[in-house]
Amino acid sequence: MHMSERADHKTAAMPVPAAGDWSPDMIRQEVASLQHEPGPLLPILHAIQARIGYVPEGAVPIIAEMLQQTRAEIHGVISFYHHFRTRPAGSNLLEVCRAEACQARGGRALERHVQKKLGVGYHETTTDNEVSLEPVYCLGNCACGPSIRVNDEIIGRVTPQKFDELVDKLTTSVLQLK
Amino acid sequence: MTITIYVPCDTTALSLGADRVAQELQVAAAELNKDIRLVRNGSRGLFWLEPLVEVQTPYGRVAYGPVEPGQVKELVAAGLFEGNPDHALYLGDIAQHPYLQRQQRLTFARIGITDPVCIEDYIAHGGFAGLKNAAALTPQGIVDEIKASGLRGRGGAAFPAGIKWQTVLDEPHDQQKYVVCNADEGDSGTFADRLVMECDPYMLIEGMTIAGLAVGATLGFIYVRSEYLLSRKMLDEAIRRAEEHGYLGDNVCGNGRAFRLEVRLGAGAYICGEETSLLESLEGKRGLVRSKPPLPAIKGLFGQPTVVNNVLSLAAVPYIMAHGGKTYADYGMGRSLGTLPIQLAGNIKQGGLIELAFGVTLRKVLEDFGDGSFTGRPIKAVQVGGPLMAYLPESQWDTPMDYEAFAKLGAGIGHGGVVVFDDTVDMGEQARFAMEFCAVESCGKCTPCRIGSVRGVEVIDRIRAGDNRDNNLVLLEELCETMVDGSLCAMGGMTPFPVQSVMKHFPEDLMASPRPVEA
Repeated sequence: MHMSERADHKTAAMPVPAAGDWSPDMIRQEVASLQHEPGPLLPILHAIQARIGYVPEGAVPIIAEMLQQTRAEIHGVISFYHHFRTRPAGSNLLEVCRAEACQARGGRALERHVQKKLGVGYHETTTDNEVSLEPVYCLGNCACGPSIRVNDEIIGRVTPQKFDELVDKLTTSVLQLK
Repeated sequence: MTITIYVPCDTTALSLGADRVAQELQVAAAELNKDIRLVRNGSRGLFWLEPLVEVQTPYGRVAYGPVEPGQVKELVAAGLFEGNPDHALYLGDIAQHPYLQRQQRLTFARIGITDPVCIEDYIAHGGFAGLKNAAALTPQGIVDEIKASGLRGRGGAAFPAGIKWQTVLDEPHDQQKYVVCNADEGDSGTFADRLVMECDPYMLIEGMTIAGLAVGATLGFIYVRSEYLLSRKMLDEAIRRAEEHGYLGDNVCGNGRAFRLEVRLGAGAYICGEETSLLESLEGKRGLVRSKPPLPAIKGLFGQPTVVNNVLSLAAVPYIMAHGGKTYADYGMGRSLGTLPIQLAGNIKQGGLIELAFGVTLRKVLEDFGDGSFTGRPIKAVQVGGPLMAYLPESQWDTPMDYEAFAKLGAGIGHGGVVVFDDTVDMGEQARFAMEFCAVESCGKCTPCRIGSVRGVEVIDRIRAGDNRDNNLVLLEELCETMVDGSLCAMGGMTPFPVQSVMKHFPEDLMASPRPVEA
């Protein structure tokens, strides 16, 4: 794939709507565009989360009605999968790999450092709403760990110093005017 | 004259700054008024050398690596565009690198060489030859070739692929059948599926299409874990182009049969790598494991006959159909035929992808390829086959990598991941993590897994705290037995393997109090 094509994809993925900014019509649109696919529920939930940033609780009855399933069934699927959020995340989603290959390269120490630096535990968001921290069990970057993911970018061989630089960049970059 | 430069675009290269390296190269070329063609190739799987920059020269593709973005200027000044050897990062013709020369790359013959989504590149390097051969055969003829290859499921269960395909083929024809690719590569230490999807996606498309022709399926799904966004992007693009070129669609290779492919994203559930849980997830349900029988080959996706194979199994198929099952079966040993893509990871100096015939010893992999630990300290333990497999002490490293030989040790090869730990590892903590991981990822359907894993963490904590140690050790042994014998699937059934291996080979670590982790 050539550079230009890759760059296009990146900018296309950038704009994320403000958290909490959703309407029942948005949900209906996403369900309607996918409901005739075989086994449409996961694609629908992905589409909603990609559009709104999370799957609002208010979406459950709408999805249930349109798919002719019970609310319990829809809720059960959302709660089963770690990937789906029912509340908005902070401005940045940070995932730290907790799996064995990263552990072998200092992943546990990095986990502690990350939590100390951000002042939050897993499944929490910093008070300034900049970073939501989640654990992840393997990013497939196992020969160059420890690895983290910041939004759509995976970063390898992360040291505490490298992490601090990254966080500083992340929290200051929002002030830049483009 | 245009100079062709290659900078990989797989996840590992990107995670180490490959995009910035590529940008710096373009800036440097513009400054010097050099006409360059920048190709974003896949990775060759020599990960300690990433980002690996290659330059096309009359003497082959000359490489430099690992290149940090800040080093590009100095490399260009030292003659990178001319393939000049006067730099410490100069590696010479990369195809001659001993790490590659010592491998037997049948499945991964193209990775790092081609532009992953360039279909012309794929065809120029032998792509679609297997599909063309298959399109000229009867379905039974294809299945016979797969049987002759001795190919066994590379996802971990090692079930003969040909027998699975035969079962689906033998189901009545007048019904919908499916091919499902398990690309939920959740085992830590594994990245071979990812490399197939990111670096040679047409190979997977070709393998699945052949499977479709073989069993009479017209629709295939690739279930990709949600962590692998780049894999999904590459596959979507490759599927689109394969349709345009007539390799997918209503008339595959002009032989009148239809086959279509769709990529579906998982949602961060390790258990969905278990095939029946994966099928439930594809159907839009919670990923609860199904009881078997019925086998998915008979009642699989939406209750229809379904081939479920791992990425690596399907990726081996184009080679088999292009060169013959017998050629593939000439590699390997005993009942483990063909090649095994070993993924060397963790605390290792030279980590990466190593495709070799079955039968190589772990020691050879660690020493000849890995060149020892990354930290330079002695290696203490190696976990082969993912989080549900045993930790092997040095006394077991001379075992040949063969399904049966590993099974005899109470270990397994799984999906071929090899995770290396140096002597600073606390094996008691590793045993505890095995149970903790199972508690997080259990689907919750059966009790031994759902409750057993939680109790496992508690019992290990008590042992490590010195609380009633002897009785708790007995309890842990019994708990492990219950989980192995009583669980519905491999998640609960194999979580005890790493724990038991620690109890057997590293008991002193299990008894020791937990060490504080420095932050």
